[in-house]
Amino acid sequence: MKAEVTFTCDATALDVRRMLAELQECLAVETIADDDRGTVDIALAEALNNIVEHAYHPDTPGTITLTLWIGPTRVSCELRDKGVALPGLEPPHAAAPDVTGPRETLPEGGFGWSIIHALTARLCYLRDGAENRLILDFDIASS
Amino acid sequence: MELSTTRHGDMAIATVIATRIDAAAAIAFKDAVRAAVADGPDHVVLDLRQVTFVDSSGLGAIVAAMKGMGAGRRLDLAGLTPDVAKVFRLTRMDKVFVIHDDPDRLIARATG
Repeated sequence: MKAEVTFTCDATALDVRRMLAELQECLAVETIADDDRGTVDIALAEALNNIVEHAYHPDTPGTITLTLWIGPTRVSCELRDKGVALPGLEPPHAAAPDVTGPRETLPEGGFGWSIIHALTARLCYLRDGAENRLILDFDIASS
Repeated sequence: MELSTTRHGDMAIATVIATRIDAAAAIAFKDAVRAAVADGPDHVVLDLRQVTFVDSSGLGAIVAAMKGMGAGRRLDLAGLTPDVAKVFRLTRMDKVFVIHDDPDRLIARATG
């Protein structure tokens, strides 16, 4: 089992999609179960979308680095970018938006952080100099 | 983003011909659904059997498509794959949409 794998992408929706496909290939090679691979795919996509949309300016998309560690019962992913820091220097504790109202009031966004919180065993953010570091830990079925 | 629409009695089935409705695809998806449901029956079912991944942008686009259909019309979903079902469950959108297991069975009922 590989100890550590690093991926990089530009902070654009299309390059994020490419990097997530590479990550999925790597997780498949390491025989991570389908359900756990799906969980990692969904949570990472949300975290990466946030970086693309909020950390970097769309005219100057910077680089995002993803480092992956796979242990017997845990997958850890660290995302690094050199964009704007998260407000309050912590991951927002956003509750899932209310979806109980009438059709015209249904939310079309704001789901990202609640999805990330729900899917991760541990979420850690730190501002390290000019860099954002977001670490997402996932409990996985032992293989 | 390609959608293939077929009509079965009072219902139309719009099949998404793509594996990911993600941030890179959300706007094209929204436009494709709007064009596909612009005229036709009030009851439309979005067939998601080929879609293996929807993120919150894609989910937002599906909600926007449903809201855009206006009062009296209905957008149901069918054929959710496991990771897509997971996103609908986590956001409780599985309680907002009518979700069918198998689009083929709906067709049999609509034209039966």
